[in-house]
Amino acid sequence: MGIPNTPAVHIKGLRKVYVVSQQESGARAVLQGLVRRRTIEVPAVDGISFDLAPGEIVGFLGPNGAGKTTTLKMLAGLLHPTAGEVKVLGYIPWKRDKTFLRQITLVMGQRNQLIWDIPAIHSFELNRAIYRIPSGIYRSTLGELTELLELEPLLNKPVRNLSLGERMKCEIAAGLLHRPGMVFLDEPTIGLDVTMQRRIRSFIAEYNHRFGATVLLTSHYMADVEALCRRVVVIHHGKLLFDGDLSSLVQKFTDHKTIVVQLGDCQADLTEYGEVVSCVDGLVTLRVPRSETAQVTERLLADLPVIDLLVEDPPIEEVIERVFAQEKP
Amino acid sequence: MKALVELYAQQFKTTMAAMFQYRASLLIWMIGQVLEPLVYLIVWSAVSNSAGGSVGSYTTRDFAGYFVVLMLVNQFSYTWIMYEFEYRIREGLLSFALLKPVHPIHSDIADNVSSKLLTLPAMLLIAIALAVAFQASISPQHWAVLVFIPVLLMAFIVRFLLEWTLALAAFWITRVSAINQTYFVLMLFLSGQIAPLTLLPYPVQILADLLPFRWIIGFPVELLLGKLSPVDALIGLGAQAAWLLIGFVLLRIVWKAGTKVYSAVGA
Repeated sequence: MGIPNTPAVHIKGLRKVYVVSQQESGARAVLQGLVRRRTIEVPAVDGISFDLAPGEIVGFLGPNGAGKTTTLKMLAGLLHPTAGEVKVLGYIPWKRDKTFLRQITLVMGQRNQLIWDIPAIHSFELNRAIYRIPSGIYRSTLGELTELLELEPLLNKPVRNLSLGERMKCEIAAGLLHRPGMVFLDEPTIGLDVTMQRRIRSFIAEYNHRFGATVLLTSHYMADVEALCRRVVVIHHGKLLFDGDLSSLVQKFTDHKTIVVQLGDCQADLTEYGEVVSCVDGLVTLRVPRSETAQVTERLLADLPVIDLLVEDPPIEEVIERVFAQEKP
Repeated sequence: MKALVELYAQQFKTTMAAMFQYRASLLIWMIGQVLEPLVYLIVWSAVSNSAGGSVGSYTTRDFAGYFVVLMLVNQFSYTWIMYEFEYRIREGLLSFALLKPVHPIHSDIADNVSSKLLTLPAMLLIAIALAVAFQASISPQHWAVLVFIPVLLMAFIVRFLLEWTLALAAFWITRVSAINQTYFVLMLFLSGQIAPLTLLPYPVQILADLLPFRWIIGFPVELLLGKLSPVDALIGLGAQAAWLLIGFVLLRIVWKAGTKVYSAVGA
């Protein structure tokens, strides 16, 4: 997997501009459109740069339409960048070199590659032939994936008869049979229930651990990101908003902390201490400026009959929401 | 090479598994493949009988032979790729295909050949039954039978290359059915599917000579019926070779341009 110390992914000033044809309403505009289409340029990815070290799991975050999938497609070689540098495992992705393609995978939660009407095992076998996986390695990889993802009862059922979660597990297995060193996951847990999400999450961690694979993951579920990624890259409107530790993301974008105080009831008025977010059965949640946290905590403990007190960062969802609410960093 | 053989073998198993799932639709599809030439056979037999037993150089029994052989040649060279490409692009299946370290045409060839092999025995039985029932006259020379095999193979390859290339129109056009429709109408008239080409007006025959359709269907059929001279057969093989080359070059150019467009606009 490449030379040590060279990044698994290197992108610099990456841009992708889509040319989209505009259709206007009105008969005259429609007739004009037949002859000459009006087009506009939409920058989906607008000059982003980051590197991924080999073996890293990084969360790639952004609201819908931020340019995440476009970036992933450029990294996997499906899209040709408009400008900028891209290198993945030392290859230029869009050239789609066969040795490059053998080392990567792109799993998309909303797209299926398994053949719909026949059992998944046939798609697996076909991938074995396509990726030229030696049969010994194929058997052991399939064995491991079957065990980790509990695929045993699913392999011989037609794909169309599988539930969404079962199908997703098979999709992931199909994408990893050739043991790619670079894994792109686009919303792998979308639409899945909490148990299935957790299972897939722990599988991704295990795969990364076992094979030393580099993983770039997009997800709208912050639980995925919190569980898997120490580092996150956040983009919005095609631009990089943040690149760093998840914890420093919280510090950078929130100037508040949350203090949860357990009191006997909800009688006391706590507005003088901070913004009361909620009070349920005496459990009060307060939002206070980060700099005043220590002082407010001290006062709360001195002034009130506190049974329990907890100081925490606001939930990651809230942080992300704040990040997305900003136009520019 | 070994890897490619293995890929084809695996695709064969997959196709078989899939066909087993679609038994009913497979049967209906086969009925369609038989019905179309059968309708022409009956129409032309009627025409021939009312015209005193022959039309041009074709007797009633020649017509029977012509359409029975045509049924087999068509079955052998038929592809369904033009119906599939638009769907593949729309559903993102093409993206997965492009991420694989093998050109997607291999899966299509393997899939096509596999399903042909699987339906061939049934089609042969039907052809024999029809030939007997309509007292078909098929009397090829020995050399023609030998030459028929490479000619049939060439017909398949040429048709496959052309239709695969045409299917790539889906890279540029969202709804390709208009193109498909035009192609199939041309195919119907100029390949000899609706009537033996020698019965059509002279200008149409010239046009048919210049286009690929005749070399895909009419030529192999006439060869096996024993209607061609060795010189005709050589000319036909030459035309097939030329179209194979053209098809191959076109496919490469269009594929390259198409994937470039695809990677510019995404899917």
